[in-house]
Amino acid sequence: MRNIAAIFHKELKTYFTSPIAYVLAAVFLVITGYFFYGMTVTFSNECLYYMQYASRYGGMPALNLNQQVIRGMFGLISFISLFIIPMLTMRLYAEEKRSGTMELLMTSPVRITETLLGKFFACFSLYAVIIGLTVLYQIILGVYGHPDWGPVLSGYLGTLLMGAAFIAVGIFASSVTESQIIAVVLGFGALLLFWVIGSASIFTRPGAGKIFSYLSILTHMLPFQKGVIDTQHILFYLSFIGFFLFLTVKVIESQRWR
Amino acid sequence: MIEVEHLSKYFGRTTAVDNISFRVEKGEILGFLGPNGAGKTTTMRILTCFLPASAGTARVAGYDVFKDSLEVRKRIGYLPENPPLYNDMTVRYFLEFNAKIKGVEPKQQRSRAEATMEKCGLQEVKETIIGKLSRGYKQRVGLAQALVHDPEVLILDEPTIGLDPRQIIEVRQLIKELGGEHTIILSTHILPEVSVTCQRVVIINKGKIAAVDTPENLTARLKGSERVYVEVEGPVDQVEQRIRQIPDVTAVSVESGGNGKRNGFFVESKVKADVRSQLAAAITSSGFGLLEMRRVGLSLEEIFLQLTTEEAEG
Ligand SMILES: Nc1ncnc2c1ncn2[C@@H]1O[C@H](COP(=O)(O)OP(=O)(O)OP(=O)(O)O)[C@@H](O)[C@H]1O
Ligand SMILES: [Mg+2]
Repeated sequence: MRNIAAIFHKELKTYFTSPIAYVLAAVFLVITGYFFYGMTVTFSNECLYYMQYASRYGGMPALNLNQQVIRGMFGLISFISLFIIPMLTMRLYAEEKRSGTMELLMTSPVRITETLLGKFFACFSLYAVIIGLTVLYQIILGVYGHPDWGPVLSGYLGTLLMGAAFIAVGIFASSVTESQIIAVVLGFGALLLFWVIGSASIFTRPGAGKIFSYLSILTHMLPFQKGVIDTQHILFYLSFIGFFLFLTVKVIESQRWR
Repeated sequence: MIEVEHLSKYFGRTTAVDNISFRVEKGEILGFLGPNGAGKTTTMRILTCFLPASAGTARVAGYDVFKDSLEVRKRIGYLPENPPLYNDMTVRYFLEFNAKIKGVEPKQQRSRAEATMEKCGLQEVKETIIGKLSRGYKQRVGLAQALVHDPEVLILDEPTIGLDPRQIIEVRQLIKELGGEHTIILSTHILPEVSVTCQRVVIINKGKIAAVDTPENLTARLKGSERVYVEVEGPVDQVEQRIRQIPDVTAVSVESGGNGKRNGFFVESKVKADVRSQLAAAITSSGFGLLEMRRVGLSLEEIFLQLTTEEAEG
């Protein structure tokens, strides 16, 4: 436990001494901020329009802040995470191997799983902080509107679970190479695959299609955005994370056997 | 303290370490000497549990490096060939991090880091980012990293590489002081380093052990071919011929001249035979002029070359 904490602290420190965390957080804020602004303005324009419409003709259609702004925001956040996370994870093992510090970690009395968990939680915490920045938008919505908070909370839960799954894939990609560039490309490629795999179910045989859509990271995310917390989906993410972390341990172990 | 038995390591078809066995007693300083590619680093990596052996066993403090890897790793301090440093950390943070992952009690982590910086001459650069340090300072931080948890066993791969002459002396002194309490293996290509610091030397070449002995014995064993330099006034051929007639002389080589009157010769003679008086008598009695005569011992480098070439062939 102490070792995990030591690695965790070291990784977080490295994140914050390099510009990458700040740059990614800034880019993330600019993009989400722009879309948030756009979506809320559109929503309020629509509200105005329908209010005028209703005052003339009567009958106001149901306009839902959750559906039109918040759900869109979560979709956007997951999409951006697809790009951001490989950049956060690329360094984790590739750089240790390139610079020779892997030799330090491997000859210290620290288990491979301890190093891995330290790295995983450090990356996850940074991700959580970046995602946490968007709470600001929810507060703004809360001040000026009346969103339903249930789906907001479940949306965050889903986003964090999905992010953790992305991180597990990214760390795995970083563990197979010494090059950060290869790690980021590999990580992004794998995530993209898990992202679009659901669509492949359209043109494959029903059996395979079912598997494909089950493996799709997106499929399991949508219920959370709608406010549904289903243990089945939580289990999917947890086992997904477990599987990739397990693979990473195996890869690191096998690299000693070269 | 360290027992290596029939250890081998293959990388595909290349044999990096070939069936080596040796022991290091508690408190002993063992030098690992060998040319490039001899297998020093590979052996050390096996001892530090970084690489598994292909065959044979190695035990550190009674623990097998493969089966009880964690116990072994708790007891060793390892300075790899390229110091493993995080370039974006300060020296202090790096050493505190090392103290943490190497199991130093939380209360002592700060003081251990502090004491190690003191020991390794890092006081002026405590708060400097490691990436900005010079090569020599990085090497010192690497050494500090191996010492920070005060391990029983130290494994140092070329500890003095990249240091300035004064630092080399200081580090050797430090290693000597550490011996006694700590068991140390260090590798080097530099012979004087071994004779200054180590109690025993393992000479390794092409993965095989060429010799294990004390530095004194090794030197004595090979000082056999004593050499004398003479400068003689007289025709080259005749002088050379005359010198060759001396019984104990094993080889003569012309160093300088060849056509002029003054010629220099290197005369090699048998083990422990001092041919100088015979040489002087032979030269002067033949009517040549003896201008200069001095002993030139084989340098340690030459001994090393002899050992690693001769014994590998044999
Ligand atoms: N990871 C590896 N993969 C393949 N071959 C290797 C590997 N590591 C070492 N070797 C080979 O093993 C042999 C011994 O290498 P090693 O690094 O142990 O030598 P060394 O004695 O430390 O040399 P130097 O004095 O140059 O540091 C060399 O022929 C080297 O090419
Ligand atoms: Mg080496």
